[in-house]
Amino acid sequence: MQLIKTLSATALLVAASGTAYADDMASNMTLVSWGGAYQASQVAAYAEPYKAMHSDVTITWDESSNEAVAKLRAMNEANNVTWDLVDVVASDALRLCDEGLAMEIDANELLAEAPDGTSAEDDFGDLLVSDCFIPQIVYSTTVGFRTDMVPEGTAAPTDICAIFDTKTYPGMRSLEKRPINNMEWALLCDGVAKDEVYDVLGTPEGQQQALDKLATIKDDVIWWSAGADTPQLLADGEVFMGSTYNGRLFSAIVEQDQPIGMLWDAQVFDLDGWIIPAGLPEDRLARVKDFVKFATDTQRLADQSKYISYGPARASSAPLVGKHAELGIEMAPHMPTDPANSKNTFLYNYEFWADYRDDIDAKFQAWLAQ
Amino acid sequence: MLIAPLLLFVVVTFIVPILSMLFRSVENDIVPDTIPGVVTELAEWDGSVGAPPSEQVFRYLYLDLFKASEAKQHTRLGTRLNYEKTGLSSLLRTTGRSLDDVGEEWQDPLEDIDANFKDGAFWYQMMSGTDGEDLLEERRDLWAAMVGESMAGDVGFVPSEQVAQMLPWTTRAYTDFAIWTAIEDEDSVAEEDPWEAVYGALGMDLTNPETVSAIQSYTGPGADALKAAAANVGQLPQTGFREAFAAENEDWLSPDVWATIKLYSSSMTSGYFLNAVDMQLTPDGIEQKPENQQIYTQLFMRTLVMALIITASCVVLGYPVAWLLANLPMRTASILMILVLLPFWTSLLVRTSAWKVLLQQQGVINEILVWLGFVNDADRLILMNNATGTIIAMTHILLPFMILPLYSVMKTIQPSYLRAAKSLGATNWTAFWRVYFPQSVPGIGAGSILVFILAIGYYITPEIVGGTSGVFISNRIAYHISSSLNWGLAAALGSILLVVVLGLYWCYDKIVGIDNVKLGG
Repeated sequence: MQLIKTLSATALLVAASGTAYADDMASNMTLVSWGGAYQASQVAAYAEPYKAMHSDVTITWDESSNEAVAKLRAMNEANNVTWDLVDVVASDALRLCDEGLAMEIDANELLAEAPDGTSAEDDFGDLLVSDCFIPQIVYSTTVGFRTDMVPEGTAAPTDICAIFDTKTYPGMRSLEKRPINNMEWALLCDGVAKDEVYDVLGTPEGQQQALDKLATIKDDVIWWSAGADTPQLLADGEVFMGSTYNGRLFSAIVEQDQPIGMLWDAQVFDLDGWIIPAGLPEDRLARVKDFVKFATDTQRLADQSKYISYGPARASSAPLVGKHAELGIEMAPHMPTDPANSKNTFLYNYEFWADYRDDIDAKFQAWLAQ
Repeated sequence: MLIAPLLLFVVVTFIVPILSMLFRSVENDIVPDTIPGVVTELAEWDGSVGAPPSEQVFRYLYLDLFKASEAKQHTRLGTRLNYEKTGLSSLLRTTGRSLDDVGEEWQDPLEDIDANFKDGAFWYQMMSGTDGEDLLEERRDLWAAMVGESMAGDVGFVPSEQVAQMLPWTTRAYTDFAIWTAIEDEDSVAEEDPWEAVYGALGMDLTNPETVSAIQSYTGPGADALKAAAANVGQLPQTGFREAFAAENEDWLSPDVWATIKLYSSSMTSGYFLNAVDMQLTPDGIEQKPENQQIYTQLFMRTLVMALIITASCVVLGYPVAWLLANLPMRTASILMILVLLPFWTSLLVRTSAWKVLLQQQGVINEILVWLGFVNDADRLILMNNATGTIIAMTHILLPFMILPLYSVMKTIQPSYLRAAKSLGATNWTAFWRVYFPQSVPGIGAGSILVFILAIGYYITPEIVGGTSGVFISNRIAYHISSSLNWGLAAALGSILLVVVLGLYWCYDKIVGIDNVKLGG
């Protein structure tokens, strides 16, 4: 962190001394992302090609997306925002926008058109879930299981409700230590129709119903808080099945060749993308805008899927999804958005959780502690 | 004198940030600063009747919220109020988007009545005048309070006192618009078309019969347009702002929503502290939260109890080790010392993760036990993701903090005392218990305080191996700081933790005496 601060401070000095050239764009950018394979895919798909075009630009990466909301708020209060572009999940983007910490954007003005001339707004469509959010990828939270731990004579699970069926599929489960997704799955498996889930979950009775359903497996659950936990627990044989992000399962199954299978049933779609912090000085803002336009165009988003199994957020990128950069396998069948995988899906309901998050979380945590 | 630089450093980098963070636990400025008019007007509303407040309150709400949405402050207010009542976040967010539409219900007919109303320069001329400096400064202060920064600078507009008397709502709204346009947007007021809210405000003024009659005798700029508007009031919406808000979202008519706003309208609140002890503020007074939402008292108790257990296990395990270190020959002792220090120098995260490998059900300990036949393969011990895991891992991690002070105190105990006791006929046990142990108590005290205070604020180890029954209050504090962004509640929880620790320290001082604590020599 200290190193990054020093680096960006130096870069700022350099930028300040050399603002006259490169049409008043800053020559350094600090991008914030998640680290790991995901950030590597961004470096390969966006940052390297951009640097190849603009040799004078240096890009600093900060792996702080996990706590971006809190840090950005602290930076804003200190009046010293050192980040230029921040990768966050959509629900965080919504909150940053609500807090006035993220800049509102005009998608058509800021982002590139699709190659066939479709406007950016139409190309991203429903995925522009907040006025500040620039979507990059669609990922999903879904369930993986140990293929070698399926009881003999039983078919491998295909239905999300296998989580709650400890008779047919004995063994521990790992679920995320938060209400989001778990509550929806619990209601779904307790007989609530898919399109009524959020109506039910909005009532105290519905929340209790979901917790009661989760209570039936409470003793069989290990609660995780980091995305890497479930793949690890599965690999160690600690759990029979568990929820995690589809990209993590892809890497456990395909790249590491673990005996793991995955369910696409009732996978919960979520979005990840960029926000631009509010109140950037003009030269930095100009640089960021230039970069974002490039990094979210149709080809760049499609390129990213060569490195990681997350679906590009633009409709026009889907046909361009190719093969894995190293393994050479077709990536399309591993995308959460692939028609074969997305027969039964949920879209994270941002508005609902923005309202109910505090309330339901209090109940969920109290229930966990009981 | 020589410590002055250090003192200054500590004050600036440590005490001031901590105090300012703790202050957040009672601070509630955002409500009175964002909707000041509503807060003042709401004081007279009686929530027990079960009816929504009067039209007057909704008028203030409209103008305050319009300002807030221009400055992007309304969603912050929504986030704040949503901590107290679920649903207010989206209520304010969605309402913020439709405020323009509400204003246009007045703007469109007014512009039909007299096309001059379309013209920004016409408005500027009509509203400008003399003697309105006080009003301008008053509105400027309100802006500054809302956005939290100085709005100083030349507005290039002074409201007319005469018009302000006649059209109070409109003047306030236009002045707000003028200040924002000139200072924040850095545009010229005369060239900009006024906000939709200004038209809405004119609509408010025109419902007042005194205003209408004052317009008849008014001869200043814009008199004709105003007279035309006054004559054609029938073309304006006949419903008020209460209906307009209700049409956007019915929740605005809910007395519960208003009771919450009223309850949290002062600039200081006890709400966060009450929340932190599982209570809540309701219109009927302070109440216990429903049982299915109580969590913090339990977590505080658990944190204290587990910190005590960890401290006790550290004493039990650390005492013999320290005794060995103090009494073995120098060479052997220094090798042992390295064994104590080595884990101390290793990263906390590494040690915790190593415990994970050891403790999990398919982990090293269980494998060995199963292999030796002590435990059945089917019912392996559950050693982590519960309180046991936290206690084991934290005892190990904090052990050096117990051993080192114990060792340095034991080092000073003369071995000749023990020999003297024995030569006078004491058994080994008596010699230890009556002679040696009392002299080592200061070391136990110092070690215990260190371990206990470190344990009570521990965060990362419980998070990794604690599951649900082994997490501490600090894990919730971390959640509220970095995830839910409810910094007020986090500050309240932190303050309580601080007070509890200071209280325990005081008790310790009273019972054992802090003079009895020695870190060495």
